[in-house]
Amino acid sequence: MVSKTKSKKSTKFSSAVRRAVGSYQKDKDMLIQILLDLQSMFGWLPQEVLAEVSEQLEVPITQVYQIASYYKAFSLMPRGRHIVRVCMGTACQVRGSPQLLNIISAMLDLKPYETSRDMRFTLETVNCLGCCAMGPVVVVDDAYHSKPATPALKKIFGSAK
Amino acid sequence: MSSKRLSSAKELEELRKEILAKRDPAKPVITICTGTACQTYGSLKIYQEFADEIKKQGLEGSAVEARPTGCHGFCEQGPVVVIFPQEICYVRVKLEDVPEIVSRTLARGEVIERLLYEDPVTGERIAKDPEIPFYKNQMRLVFGNNRHINPRDIDDYIALGGYAALSRALFQMTPEQVLEEIKRSNLRGRGGGGFPTGIKWETTRNAPGEPKYVVVNCDEGDPGAYMDRSIMEGNPNGVLEGLIIGAYAIGSHEGFIYVRQEYPIAYENTIQAIRQAEECGFLGKNILGSGFDFEVKVHRGAGAFVSGESTALMSAIEGKVGEPKLKYIHTAVSGINGRPSCLNNVETWANVPLIINKGADWFNSTGTDGSKGTKIFSLVGKVNNTGLVEVPMGMTLRQLIYDIGGGIPKGKKFKAVQTGGPSGGVIPEQHLDTPIDFDELTKLGSMMGSGGTVVMDEDTCMVDTARYFISFCCEESCGKCIPCREGLRMLREILTDICEGKGQEGDIEAIEDIAEVMQDASLCALGTTAANPALSTLRYFRDEYEAHIKEKRCPAKACKVLTSYYIDPEKCTACRICFRNCPTEAIHGDKNIVHWIEQEKCIKCNTCFEVCPPRFSAVRKISGEPLPPPPAPGIEVIREKKR
Amino acid sequence: MTVTLQIDGKEVKAREGMTILEAAKEAGIEIPALCYHDKLEPYGACRVCSVEVERKGRVRIVVSCGYPVEEGLIVRTRSPRVDRIRKVLIELIAPTTMVDGEVAGEIKKLAKEYGADIHRFESRFRTVPTRCILCGKCVRYCDEVVGEHAIGFVGRGIERRVVFFPEEARACLTCQACFNLCPTGKIPAETDFVVFDGFSIDDYLPGKS
Repeated sequence: MVSKTKSKKSTKFSSAVRRAVGSYQKDKDMLIQILLDLQSMFGWLPQEVLAEVSEQLEVPITQVYQIASYYKAFSLMPRGRHIVRVCMGTACQVRGSPQLLNIISAMLDLKPYETSRDMRFTLETVNCLGCCAMGPVVVVDDAYHSKPATPALKKIFGSAK
Repeated sequence: MSSKRLSSAKELEELRKEILAKRDPAKPVITICTGTACQTYGSLKIYQEFADEIKKQGLEGSAVEARPTGCHGFCEQGPVVVIFPQEICYVRVKLEDVPEIVSRTLARGEVIERLLYEDPVTGERIAKDPEIPFYKNQMRLVFGNNRHINPRDIDDYIALGGYAALSRALFQMTPEQVLEEIKRSNLRGRGGGGFPTGIKWETTRNAPGEPKYVVVNCDEGDPGAYMDRSIMEGNPNGVLEGLIIGAYAIGSHEGFIYVRQEYPIAYENTIQAIRQAEECGFLGKNILGSGFDFEVKVHRGAGAFVSGESTALMSAIEGKVGEPKLKYIHTAVSGINGRPSCLNNVETWANVPLIINKGADWFNSTGTDGSKGTKIFSLVGKVNNTGLVEVPMGMTLRQLIYDIGGGIPKGKKFKAVQTGGPSGGVIPEQHLDTPIDFDELTKLGSMMGSGGTVVMDEDTCMVDTARYFISFCCEESCGKCIPCREGLRMLREILTDICEGKGQEGDIEAIEDIAEVMQDASLCALGTTAANPALSTLRYFRDEYEAHIKEKRCPAKACKVLTSYYIDPEKCTACRICFRNCPTEAIHGDKNIVHWIEQEKCIKCNTCFEVCPPRFSAVRKISGEPLPPPPAPGIEVIREKKR
Repeated sequence: MTVTLQIDGKEVKAREGMTILEAAKEAGIEIPALCYHDKLEPYGACRVCSVEVERKGRVRIVVSCGYPVEEGLIVRTRSPRVDRIRKVLIELIAPTTMVDGEVAGEIKKLAKEYGADIHRFESRFRTVPTRCILCGKCVRYCDEVVGEHAIGFVGRGIERRVVFFPEEARACLTCQACFNLCPTGKIPAETDFVVFDGFSIDDYLPGKS
């Protein structure tokens, strides 16, 4: 249940939120920045965190959820240990990113924005990383790969535990 | 970095002299491009290797310097390094090349031939950066500074003359005079709208209400465009200086820089630049002792293209969701918290110090009647020299694509160049001699946009291109208004159907109907322009639409559902390369046995077509015709003595 | 301050600061709208109230709920261009609002008036109809008038939804204000106060039981 009442069990979340909110002097205008920091910290935005933000920053829960569900940077569900991002920008498109996405999707057996059962991989698409000369580009964790051939991809995914 | 807070124009000039005095112009400096793209080629490691090697060879200190810089623009040839003062440019530099570069070029001034750029036509090796055709035909007024600056060290910017324009504005000009100069320069917004910057500044200045705000829009969302990223990463002080000058002219004391979340390096470098600028006295209270105060905050985006629209961006700055607002009063009059707010693009702000330093007349001496100055483009797609280029307005598209871009790779035929991102359109061959100019491009059914310039060849399907942009906007639409949300939903379905052979009579008329209602009735510019790619491709390539709908054929053989891959049994030599590369093991065959593709397993990834050696060219793409039956199993390869 | 403008050939006197829609209403000229409510800030989501405005020979399409009256403005609330906009808007929202192959209420009236073919885009509407046109009257009324913030928007684009927040929605039992505001009848049809079946934030959150 999305709860308005403060949960006594979630001190881990409430202190993390307190730090994040405090670093922006509890400024309501910085709601998006606060959520970005929390997303970075936890890898996703659990319900408890959003409820804490609403409470501590004194903004309606509806506003917090509206923002958390609107932007691609935020995930309302836990994500895999390895994030695989395929660039679908125009330049990569013209150089074959849809085919690359197909290949990766088939290899990982995931559709974009799905996470594998074993929580190993999350597949995402991104609109332009600005590495157009290297297109098509796929980023695995923070490593960029240019025009990866199938054997190379097999190796990259194989070694990602 | 020098640490004194400057409190007069004189002190700034003294600091500049001090910095320059410590820099011997004859001392070799090697700049290593560490823009995001070169970083993915490993350029940070290369920089570190240079730093270490210089120490190892005992050349550090006053003898030689290694400097990491922002993007140089020649992305296709990265990692790029340039050695000053000779301006020797090495391309595609590898980690192993570093010791040799240090011992030969840095220590002894020797040029290493194999690392130079090789002209693909003449085979000539070109040593000097400004003589490389890619750079020679450009006019790198704004972008050129990137090569000289470590964005994390404000001293480099000051050494180049940075903040002299700010000093001039604060001490030798009144705010009205600064405004007048920008108006006279005819500078037009570089973010896509092309609105006269001076008029926007004036409107904000004259609008009643305090405080007034100035905003940098670095939410560059057009896929394929990364100019703003490279400026913000590579020369954040250049943008800051322009912003502070603008704030002075407008009467604003508070500014915002909105950076896409997808640009973490740009964000970090901006924060660092602000910190250093504050320490120097270019920001904060009593700037350079002038009595003018100005502060700036940085906001990160969170992954929404539509947040780059001005009312949406300002909503996000207010902590609300970044979606456009119903507004018939311009944001320059009523913006953030209802106050006058002047929003300009990164490149627009970056032009301001140049105009203040060299004057409006100088700025007007470049460009066309309606479009003055230069524009930075990201030249990408099916083009040999992919990268960021800065050219004077008025250069033709043909010159851009061929003289600078080096034409189309693999000898393919040019089909169209897409400009203006999801709000723009395609420009076919017959219009390539059009000068680059805001109004000229709009007349062709496209627009200048932020600068993304995607070159497409004979293998690019125009219907698929429209489908791609419509899908992009459909995903990025905020969903508030019916024409955009539902219009894009339906356009996406129709275009996807057409690409999958399910196009129907009346589809083209439905596309046009929906597009026109979107143009008329949408809440914001995302909605009113989202159908442009569809309208533009219909204008110039209607035959492709008709082939898809009537014949279920994709002339470019790109649409997956309409295209099949087939290995010609008379050309296959069983080299096995396609077999090894097929990701779904759809190819069958053996040594000396003709290979064939099992259609049910084929995902049309194009890999076999790309890897089949050109001298065999055994893989065919078929569209609109029946597929030949698979060969009888076990056919041996036909080998001719001579091929 | 009085502003004189022309609406459908008729001279209309309005107060400065009024919108075209308000001025028209006072002059007895009806302009259809789906997301407008006189107690709420103009929102500009449905675009049905679009009209043609002409000034100095330049014609534009604007939404009358938000465009302020101007001296000498010429407004046309009906024209081939305006009528086509309304027709296509109804055709676009028909598939999601249809119940048993029929549209009802205001949408049915508009479909008839503007000759909309409610089945035009039906075959290409390939997702589960939500019966919601996202006019936002419910959300905005709860925010701006009632002050409970029990209902809100989530998601973006075609994934945008209106959801109830059960913990905040305790007041809904006695309030029910949004029920009569809903132009498609979705809220009264699909709400039973306790569970907000299929309609609550807990149903929206992925992976929720």
